[in-house]
Amino acid sequence: MKDPTPATARLHGAAVAIETVTKSYELRDGGDLLALDRCDLSITPGAFVAIVGPSGCGKSTLLSLVAGLARPSTGRILIDGEEVRRPHAKVGVVFQTDLLLYWRTVMDNILLPVEIKGWRREDYLPRAERLLEQVGLAGFAGKYPSELSGGMRQRTAICRALVQEPGLLLMDEPFGALDALTREQMISDLQAMWLSVGNTVLFITHSIEEAVFLADRVLVMSPRPGRIDLDLTVSIERPRSWRSRTDQAFIDHMSQIRGIFEARGVLSKE
Amino acid sequence: MDPKQARRKRHLVRAVVETAAAPVLALLLLLAWQVGAPLAGLSAFILPTPWQILSRIAADHQLIAVHAGVTLFETVAGFLIAAVAGVGTALMIFYSRIFERAIYPLLVALQTIPKVALAPLLVLYFGYGFAPKLFLAFLLAFFPIVIATVVGLEGLDKAMVNLVRSMGASEWQTFFKIRLPAALPSLFGGLKVGISLAVIGAVIGEYVAAEMGLGYLQLQASAQFDTTLSFAAMVVIAALGVVTFWGLEVLEKRAVFQREAAR
Repeated sequence: MKDPTPATARLHGAAVAIETVTKSYELRDGGDLLALDRCDLSITPGAFVAIVGPSGCGKSTLLSLVAGLARPSTGRILIDGEEVRRPHAKVGVVFQTDLLLYWRTVMDNILLPVEIKGWRREDYLPRAERLLEQVGLAGFAGKYPSELSGGMRQRTAICRALVQEPGLLLMDEPFGALDALTREQMISDLQAMWLSVGNTVLFITHSIEEAVFLADRVLVMSPRPGRIDLDLTVSIERPRSWRSRTDQAFIDHMSQIRGIFEARGVLSKE
Repeated sequence: MDPKQARRKRHLVRAVVETAAAPVLALLLLLAWQVGAPLAGLSAFILPTPWQILSRIAADHQLIAVHAGVTLFETVAGFLIAAVAGVGTALMIFYSRIFERAIYPLLVALQTIPKVALAPLLVLYFGYGFAPKLFLAFLLAFFPIVIATVVGLEGLDKAMVNLVRSMGASEWQTFFKIRLPAALPSLFGGLKVGISLAVIGAVIGEYVAAEMGLGYLQLQASAQFDTTLSFAAMVVIAALGVVTFWGLEVLEKRAVFQREAAR
């Protein structure tokens, strides 16, 4: 990701509409657990939207609904105007752990979605190679996941999500399992990647700083049942750097989000 | 000598000792047996020496080979049936909760029955031919294969399934792309336990009623107080176990990705 303007074609970003979505789970004792409560959200094509919330607030549930891995109890989700009933072909997902298949090489891992969709491998090989180059893993195509560091593995997972040219990239705490230093680098690399690719990103995190640094829009979720408490537009100039973190706007956004969590009892005021 | 050289030498010595440990120990034991048995006044009739046993195998190799061939056939055939049925049963247990609930207690009950006790009955049902031996080999190998396969299939990270489902994978694709490859190490563990038990199953079958096979040969030799031949048959049974096990390991090396090798 050293060079933010490589040959990877810019993608058309998908529009996402979440319309009064509720999700409840049936519990063993017969009761219902309300995970998401009437969420409404509309995301413009190409936007980077981050969702911050405490553990168990339903943010991962929301993501799995958008990914088509589960169906909402009520309401509906539209991607480019089309209702999500099953996983959408042009949506890539990056999970908290890299979930690489240890018996496949880096390249074979990246091409897994292409294989599953029954597309021609040769058609996507050049794109996969460019993506690898872009994340600084040129020359690692033939390596196995066990030969890579945690950061390199998660970069591979990001390439795997991007190889299918997703109009929408869903990221579920993608850097949560990485060490702090690797995480710093991954955050700024992700920004560079997104600036060059231009797809829509829905990014879930519990780091306030990560959200403000990366997103055009930060949504703050309340503890369960998850509702959107705050919809904050972040208009700090891009590309943002570590210096942006000392900007007054950055600090104001951070404390505004903190304020919400303090009011909700997620963070103490000390 | 500089420290680096000394360290290298220490490593080399260590490697040699580690590799040589097993064969040296085996040789020492055999040597003790070879020297000890006559010293203790044991005749070949009671306890033949390793050399006598080996000489007997060499001398009677044609006879032994014929019987070994029969036992090998019974073992492999019984094992193959157990592998197919075992993996099939494991898949049904994995995919159907009702089947799991219904079959597991039965399987465990079946496993607890001493199979040796079944052997005479099997002869009654299936006669003197291959059938009861195949069945015993199958019966002994079946359980560990089922259990190991189920354990392997259930060990898969649920997030992995979500990952491929998010790519739009069908259950069929999920199975062949991730479930099966992820279960293979455990599955092979079950197969390896299974094949060594299949040898025992086939030999037990031959003990009870047979006209061929190493178990039969061993029993005949004992009946005729030919202790050396009896021992020779035992050695070949053990060798059969080692060879079939090793065959599976070769297959495993080709089929299963070696995690360690890539490191």
